[in-house]
Amino acid sequence: MVSFFTNLINGLSLGSIYAIIAIGYTMVYGIAKMLNFAHGDIIMVGAFIAYTVISTFKLPVWLGIVAAVIVCTCLGVAIEKIAYKPLRKASSPLAVLITAIGVSYFLQNSALLIFGSDPKMFSSVVPFGNLTIGPLQIPGTTIVSIVVSLVLVGALQLFINKTKPGQAMLACAQDRDAASLMGISVNGTITLTFAIGSAMAAIAGVLLCSAYPTLSPTTGAMPGIKAFVAAVFGGIGSIPGAMIGGLLLGIIEILSRSYISSQLSDAIVFSVLILVLLVRPTGIMGKVIQEKV
Amino acid sequence: MAMLKVTDLKVNYGIIPALKGISFEVNEGEVIALIGANGAGKTTTLHTVTGLIPSAGGKIEFLGKDITLTPPHQIVKMGMAHVPEGRRVFPDMTVYQNLMLGAYTRKNAAEKEASLELVYSRFPRLKERTKQLAGTLSGGEQQMLAMGRALMSHPRIILMDEPSMGLSPIYVNEIFDIIEKVSSEGTTVLLVEQNARKALSIADRAYVLETGSITTIGQADALLHDDAIRKAYLGE
Repeated sequence: MVSFFTNLINGLSLGSIYAIIAIGYTMVYGIAKMLNFAHGDIIMVGAFIAYTVISTFKLPVWLGIVAAVIVCTCLGVAIEKIAYKPLRKASSPLAVLITAIGVSYFLQNSALLIFGSDPKMFSSVVPFGNLTIGPLQIPGTTIVSIVVSLVLVGALQLFINKTKPGQAMLACAQDRDAASLMGISVNGTITLTFAIGSAMAAIAGVLLCSAYPTLSPTTGAMPGIKAFVAAVFGGIGSIPGAMIGGLLLGIIEILSRSYISSQLSDAIVFSVLILVLLVRPTGIMGKVIQEKV
Repeated sequence: MAMLKVTDLKVNYGIIPALKGISFEVNEGEVIALIGANGAGKTTTLHTVTGLIPSAGGKIEFLGKDITLTPPHQIVKMGMAHVPEGRRVFPDMTVYQNLMLGAYTRKNAAEKEASLELVYSRFPRLKERTKQLAGTLSGGEQQMLAMGRALMSHPRIILMDEPSMGLSPIYVNEIFDIIEKVSSEGTTVLLVEQNARKALSIADRAYVLETGSITTIGQADALLHDDAIRKAYLGE
C-alpha cells in the first residue's frame, strides 16, 4: 500500500511536468491553430541552458533557471517569427506542420553540435532531499514539481481570465477575424502565446532533468510527444484538459512501469490514448464540434 | 470632406474579380445603405474597408488618412467599428466579456464604464444576461450583442453587415430602430443589407452593387420609388 502511494505521487509529479509542457502545446494550438512539434525541444534547450549556467559556470541555481526561461522565451518568439509566421497564410496547413518538424531537428542537431552527444549529469535544482510524511518517503523534486505546476496553472488561469492580453488570447482562439475587429493585434497575441508556452517549457525542462538527470540533445523528444498525447487526451485547445491529460498520463505511465512492465509502459500510455479517442474523439474536455448544415 | 472615401477599389479572390473598381463616399452623420443581391460584393466591400481582406488596387481613406494597407486592429483604434455578418460574437465568453473586448482599444476605465451603461440602457436584454455565455443567446440577442460590442469602442463610423439576417420580423424592427437611434446620436453608419426596403427607409443615400460594380447611386427616398429598383430589389 505504501509503495502504491509512493508510485501515485511519483506519477502525479511526472504528470505535472507533462501538464506544464502540454499546456504550451495546447495554447499554441488553440491560438495559432498549429501543432508546434518543436515544443519538446525547447524543454531540452532550457535544461541545457540551466546546466551550462549552474554546472559549467558554477553560478547560482536561481540564475540558471532565470537564464533558461529568458533564452527559451526569446527562442520561442524567434522560431515563431522566422519559421511559422511567413507560412500562416499558406494554402496547406501541412506546410507549417512540416516546418515544425524541421525546427525540431534543427534544435536537436544544434544542441548536438554545441554540447556533444554524450549525456550530461544534471544536478537537481531542488535544494532539499527526501521528505518523510508518515510511512511515505517523497523526494523533494517530486513535491517541487507538483507545487510549481499548480502555481503556474493558477497564475495562467488568472492571467487569461483577468487581464486584457489574456482575454485577447481567448478571443483569438475563438475567432481571429472578430478579434482583430475589436482592435486586438492577432500577430502580437500569437507571439505572446509562444513566449508564455516557451517560458513554461523552460521550467518543465529544469524540473524534468532534476527528476531524471540524464541530459542529451534528444531529452525533449519523448516528453514532447507525451505532452502532445496529454494535450490530445484532454481535448486539444483546452488548458484544463491539458492539465488533466498530463496528470493522468504521468500516473498511468508510472503505475504501468511499476506493476505491469517497464518496457511496455510507453505502449500502454499510447494504447490508453487510442481507447480514449475511440470513445471521445475530441478528448476528455474537448468540445464536440457540430457540423453546420 | 468625406469621412470615408473609397476610390476605384478592386478585390480579387484568386483569379476571380469580386470588386471591379468601386468608388463611394460616406459623409459625417450620414446613413449610407449598400444594397445588392447575394454575391454582389457587399460583404467583400466591408471586409476590405476594415482591412480583413487585402485590396488588389484602389484607395481607402478614413478621416483624411490613407488606410488601404492598415491592419484591422489599427483601423478600429482610429474610430471605425465593424459588426460582421453572422454576428461573430465570442461564443465561449460571457456577454460582459464580449462587451469589454469591444472596448479593447480604450484605456480610461470611467469612459468604458459609461459606454457600458449606455449599451445596457440601449439593450436592456443584454443587461439581464451579463453573465450568460454569448453562444447560448438567441440570434436576435447575439445581433444586439454584436452591435453593443461595436459601440463599446465609441466609434465615429459603424459598418453593419446584414444586421437583419435570419431574424424574426419583431427583432428586425427593433434592430433598425436601434440603428436609427445610433445615427441620431451622431454616429455615421454604413449599412449593408439584403432587406433593401428596410435599409432604404432609414438611409440618407444608397449605392446599388451588382456583381462587383456600383450601378446606381441615389437618394434613398428616390430609390424607394424607382421602378427598376422596385422590380429588382423590393420584389414588386
